[in-house]
Amino acid sequence: MDYFLTWGHSPWGQQILTHVSWNLLWASLFAGVAFLVAHASYMVLSAHRKRHPDETDAMEAARPDLPARIPRHSAVARAFHWVMAASMLTLLSTAFLPIAGVKFAWVQWHWMAGLVLTTSILFHVIHASVWLDFWSIWVGPKDIPELRAEILRELGHDVPGPKPGKYPLGNRLYHLALVVVGLSVIASGLTMMVRVRTPLFPRNPYLLSDSTWGVVYVSHGMAGVALVGLVIAHVYFAVRPEKWWITKGMILGWITRRQYLEHHDPQRWVVGQPSHGGTEARS
Amino acid sequence: MAVIRDVMPAFELFQPASTADALSLLDRYGADAWIFAGGLDSFDWLKDRIKRPRYVVDLGGIAELKGIRERDGGLDIGAMTTLTEVVSHPMVRDRYAILTEAAEAAASPQIRNQGTIGGNLSQDTRCWYYRAGWSCYRAGGNICYADTPDSINREHAILEADRCVAVNPSDTAPALIVLGASMVIRGTSGERVVPAENYFVGPGTDITRMTALQPGELLTAIRIPGDWAGSNFYWEKVRDRQVWDFALVSVASAMTLSGTTIQNMRLVVNGVAARPMRLARVEQYVKGKPRNEATAAAAGDLAVEGAQPLRFNAYKVPLMRNLVKRAIRGVEEWTTS
Repeated sequence: MDYFLTWGHSPWGQQILTHVSWNLLWASLFAGVAFLVAHASYMVLSAHRKRHPDETDAMEAARPDLPARIPRHSAVARAFHWVMAASMLTLLSTAFLPIAGVKFAWVQWHWMAGLVLTTSILFHVIHASVWLDFWSIWVGPKDIPELRAEILRELGHDVPGPKPGKYPLGNRLYHLALVVVGLSVIASGLTMMVRVRTPLFPRNPYLLSDSTWGVVYVSHGMAGVALVGLVIAHVYFAVRPEKWWITKGMILGWITRRQYLEHHDPQRWVVGQPSHGGTEARS
Repeated sequence: MAVIRDVMPAFELFQPASTADALSLLDRYGADAWIFAGGLDSFDWLKDRIKRPRYVVDLGGIAELKGIRERDGGLDIGAMTTLTEVVSHPMVRDRYAILTEAAEAAASPQIRNQGTIGGNLSQDTRCWYYRAGWSCYRAGGNICYADTPDSINREHAILEADRCVAVNPSDTAPALIVLGASMVIRGTSGERVVPAENYFVGPGTDITRMTALQPGELLTAIRIPGDWAGSNFYWEKVRDRQVWDFALVSVASAMTLSGTTIQNMRLVVNGVAARPMRLARVEQYVKGKPRNEATAAAAGDLAVEGAQPLRFNAYKVPLMRNLVKRAIRGVEEWTTS
């Protein structure tokens, strides 16, 4: 058990949880890199199906009504994404570089980045609930046919089955994982801030019992090391050549008509043409 | 805690005759090895069974780590040189009187006979919550027992507390920082020389260590340059009793004057944070100013800016302020004028 968790003693001699074992950091790092290598090898060696350009040409020819650039992410949504990314990378760096041997005064940077992340997530929840199609990012039983089709396509089969709406299935699954892990790390992190000195509120180390604090620290550590693997996977997919159009969409805010038709189901992600001449995607 | 304190627990003892042999042992046994200098910090840890090393490497037989030698207009002091030897060395006395005073203020004559300057610099904090063996931040846990609403924290930090509020207990550290000393550190991969003020680390940087020494490394010597030799020094240590006690707050300074104008100054305070604090802002402030009560008072106020006392150590704020004032204006001259 010491391999996963570290234990200490309270002044009353009780055994209490203190942290996750940092072995888990190396395990998560290894898992992330192993996934990356395995996926990259598969993509090089496998016979996964590549659509012939003629097929996409035909799709484009059939939809001349669509604009050349399809808006995918609004400026506000992109700003949120990059602020969140910057704060996440700051959080991971300040948390794990000292463990890896790069010593610096990290606590203040860590909690400040944590507050930026929390604020950006709160903003995102409101923005997505009010101004975006809230349900377009979630996965559920309805997506099982799409999951099956995606797996078969990856294995080289020509499957006519459902294509994704605005977000590819991989994006939606990643979002779900990030929601679970991210909310866990934020909730535990905000609670832990009560123990450190900040100008925001008085410290209160007695807010919880020693054993409950241990659970909070372990939750934070577990979520933190999980994020290492998740972020490695995210960055990996963001820079893969066949996914680069998605990343570019997050930078520029739009994708091409060709990419829209090739990768999305126009029935599930409807692009409209409002009367004022601009083009909007229902997103 | 039911511990038989007068009985030493079992461990394998090594007494190497050279630094290379000692480093080889530290490399071989890694985290299981314990470096033993004068033993005055080690004995508490070992007899209380708070630290349970399997291998103890006693540096007492390494001649090359002992003695005081001249070097490039300054001095090299071997890390295993006893505090008594430092205090009684004529060159230290003549040129670096502040180090003599600081070393002489440490503990008691018996302890100074046994304690080494390397040990005095590298000793662990005396926070009793930490030394009681509880799982505090410094011990790898997730709480500072000295920084809770009802902690007994009269001796703890008022500055730079970052989760942990322990303070550095060394008497010689502030004097050596004032003198611009460097620490010579050796490991199996070679030697590195670290300025004294960077040798000590706060909890923000590394909460489980007080110095820049990495596992497997040894402090082999303290190198003092001649830059501040014979300067106008000030040293004062305030403690609860006048012998065998750690500082509540101590101050060390070196000053050069042109008439009554302060040309240059180095000023360090200890006992207020987890590392001896060089007060660079105060040094900068007093440069070029007259050495008088007004300068000293303003410098004292500047020194304590940002202090955050705990429940029982608010007295350290005026104490530090006044020690800084005294270091700048001096005591004798002022009281007789």
